Amino acid sequence: MNGFFEFHFYLFSLLAIASALLFVTRKNPVPAALWLVNVMIALAGLYVMLDAPFVGVIQVLVYAGAIMVVFVFVVMLLNLGRSGISDIRSLVSRLGAGVVGLALLANLLVVQRQKIPRLAPAPAVDNAVEGVAASLFTDYLVAFELTSLVLLVAIIGAVLLAKKRVRV
Amino acid sequence: MISEALIVSAILFVIGVVGVLTRRNAIILFMCAELMLNAVNLSFVALAKMHNVTGHVFVVMVMTIAAAEAAVGLAILISVFRHFGTVDLSSLRTLRG
Amino acid sequence: MIPTLLGVLILLPILGFLSNGSLAFLGKRSDGDIVTTARHPLVTVVGPGVILAAFGVAVTLFLDMQGAPEQALHIVRYGTWMPVGNLVIDWSLQLDQLSILMVLVITGVGSLIHLFSVGYMRDDASYARYFAYLNLFVAFMLVLVLGASYPVLFVGWEGVGLASYLLIGFWFSDTANAEAGKKAFVVNRVGDFGFLVAMFLIWVTTQKLDFIGAHAALGGMAGTPVVLAIALFLFIGCAGKSAQLPLYIWLPDAMAGPTPVSALIHAATMVTAGVYLVARAAPIFSGAPEASLVITAVGALTALFAATIALRQWDIKKVLAYSTVSQLGYMFVGVGSGAYTAGVFHLVTHAFFKALLFLGAGSVIHAMHHAYHHTHRDDDPQDLRNMGGLAKYMPATAAAMTLATLAIAGVPPLAGFFSKDEILASVFARAQGSPLASASLLGVSGSTVLYVAYGIGVLTALLTAIYMTRLLLLTFYGSNRTGEAEQEMLHEAPMIMTAPVLILGALTVLGGWLNLPALLPLGPVGLLEHWLEPVTGSSMTRLAGNGHLDHGTETILVAVATAVAVVGIVFALLRYRKPIADKANSPADQGLLARAYSVDGLVDALVVRPISAFANVVLTRGVETGVDRAFSVGASLLSRTAALVGSKLQDGDVGKYAWLLAAGALALLAALTLS
Repeated sequence: MNGFFEFHFYLFSLLAIASALLFVTRKNPVPAALWLVNVMIALAGLYVMLDAPFVGVIQVLVYAGAIMVVFVFVVMLLNLGRSGISDIRSLVSRLGAGVVGLALLANLLVVQRQKIPRLAPAPAVDNAVEGVAASLFTDYLVAFELTSLVLLVAIIGAVLLAKKRVRV
Repeated sequence: MISEALIVSAILFVIGVVGVLTRRNAIILFMCAELMLNAVNLSFVALAKMHNVTGHVFVVMVMTIAAAEAAVGLAILISVFRHFGTVDLSSLRTLRG
Repeated sequence: MIPTLLGVLILLPILGFLSNGSLAFLGKRSDGDIVTTARHPLVTVVGPGVILAAFGVAVTLFLDMQGAPEQALHIVRYGTWMPVGNLVIDWSLQLDQLSILMVLVITGVGSLIHLFSVGYMRDDASYARYFAYLNLFVAFMLVLVLGASYPVLFVGWEGVGLASYLLIGFWFSDTANAEAGKKAFVVNRVGDFGFLVAMFLIWVTTQKLDFIGAHAALGGMAGTPVVLAIALFLFIGCAGKSAQLPLYIWLPDAMAGPTPVSALIHAATMVTAGVYLVARAAPIFSGAPEASLVITAVGALTALFAATIALRQWDIKKVLAYSTVSQLGYMFVGVGSGAYTAGVFHLVTHAFFKALLFLGAGSVIHAMHHAYHHTHRDDDPQDLRNMGGLAKYMPATAAAMTLATLAIAGVPPLAGFFSKDEILASVFARAQGSPLASASLLGVSGSTVLYVAYGIGVLTALLTAIYMTRLLLLTFYGSNRTGEAEQEMLHEAPMIMTAPVLILGALTVLGGWLNLPALLPLGPVGLLEHWLEPVTGSSMTRLAGNGHLDHGTETILVAVATAVAVVGIVFALLRYRKPIADKANSPADQGLLARAYSVDGLVDALVVRPISAFANVVLTRGVETGVDRAFSVGASLLSRTAALVGSKLQDGDVGKYAWLLAAGALALLAALTLS
């Protein structure tokens, strides 16, 4: 990995982590959502650097562009940013959560070190998208079709749930 | 590079967990869950670089499901808000067992 | 033939028990009044009959043994009892010179007492039950003396304890009698603990529990601490069963039972089981001189202690009870100092005259009871202060009792003189020079212990003469204190009761011939000693040393003993000549001797109260309540707590659920990592 690459890798990583931290500490949901968008964009950069351009683009288009937009819509709709009362739990809870989090982190790192074998990274291919498409439409075709079904169900469900109940 | 990516993924995931445990606002909670999913996606992509392209396919699946889940979940949240007037978790206790 | 005869010997009393026991259940009235078949003729035949038949079998066996003395020892195995690992205990009986002697005494004196009981208990509602228990006792006693190993002996040991309990508390509707039975059983148990420990030690040391095998093995280990321990623990058992210090306290209370029971069990047979055990285990005791010294010392002290109490008792049976304790002390002095034959000899003669004394007392009590019953007077028929001058009304009984009193005092040529004298002479001889004399007990030299024991023996002989003469005088001679109206009803007991008394009287006169000393050649010398030689001879020589008295010394000892007896009798005659008031007009005797040194009170305060308190406070209120609460309240508390905790887990707080999820995931991951 050359210096340019390394520098940008760490840049995006730190960006993601910093944005995530800022995200969880905002009282107001609107800035929190925006910080989360930032995380996703940083992650998209990381995906591209990891030879997954397709995924990176999808991330921006779908995750940051569609899902987070829906989130922001709902926040605005419900006017949640107005109340001054913070929804962050007490200090005790935060400390406890911190402890659990650190324990979990330590655990995950240990697992990563122990269980994941050190294989050499595969060289980058020219047509990454082609590889994904081939896999998606041959090996995992059934899963692919099922996801479309899931999306259909989700749409119907969302519409039904969000409708105002009509008093009969 | 893969191991660094995995470390970043772990950190992001843990930040998501801490967020879930510390916040009472349901929407924020939801967004923390999304953060966790993103962290997992990063893991998949990093490992796909080591193995084969199935990792990317999985990421696509995750994103799809995340979208569906977000839609339905937010719809539920809107119903809840309409019914109870709040999305604060400590007030939403009717699921007593 | 021998195995069959032995089996029949034991079976006869058992059959008697079963038959009389079944009859005891008949005749219950439907209106709830339990009246067992009084004087059912079958009981009268079966009860004494089986014992008489057993006596016949015993005589047959004895004659058979006499005919072929070299083959006298028979061990008959009736089957296996406990095969456990390399411990195999069989149902075996051992017929040898010692056991046949005991069997003859038990069945002989026993049948006389059974016949007496036919008359004594004829008006009792539980006639059949009485004979059932009495037969049961004889059966167990025979097992005790015929057993070929310690466990079988112990079966008999425990069995006679059971029979004793049943018979002491025979009239259990009066709580005091039941309490006396319980006391006897519990105190016996303390002794049994010692016996059991001794058995365990024998097993651990020799891997054998039969007499022949164990004694052969232990004989070679003489002088070792193990043998000493075994001997001491065995003696604890003997002290319990044979009422030595400090476990004698049950015997005076045991007088609550019917008088023939006192005669059979607490004079002639059961209490002599301890003496029998020491004689049987002679190889062990002769190999542990310190233990033998302990036995001698305890026996001597007991003899003296009990004799002092008997001087001042007013109940006729209590005097005889303490007298029994005292005479048992003599027997233990005998077997303790290694004079096994002398001890057993005294056992036999004591059986004769003590049974006679008790049966005679029974006749007296029988007559007194009738007299009071007739005049509806509520007074104590057993109190000496209410008797007096009964020789006029009951001449035969009086004559026999007089003979017995002279015998127990040690007046020649009656039986008691020879046996008591032999014990004293043996002790003196061993004090002069023997392995016993060379040993030491707690720093005191053996010869000192033996000389002191001899001295105590002489002193006790004096006291014995005094209190027995006192008994005789107050009961049969002097003026009658029973009352004018009652005197009409005082008469001699029926023949069925008087005949056994007279037979025992004859035995008391002739009994001395069993083991005449060489000094007084009135007949064949030392019959008993020769007879028992195969069993106890080697043990005796072990402890005898060179202690053989020359004729001069022996004559002096005999003269001393006789003089002491005469002095005692004369003293009592002079002292108790003055007329005394009857019980109703006498002040309550609170003297130290009359209260038997308040030993019972002491035991109550030191042992019974603390144990009761412990049982009450710690066990009943503490442990039992605690365990109850733990299970009842604890169980409910457990489920309520669980429910409380469980209900808190499902209260609808999603945040809490998230926490639990995170914690659970962490735990699983940690398990994965750490595995």
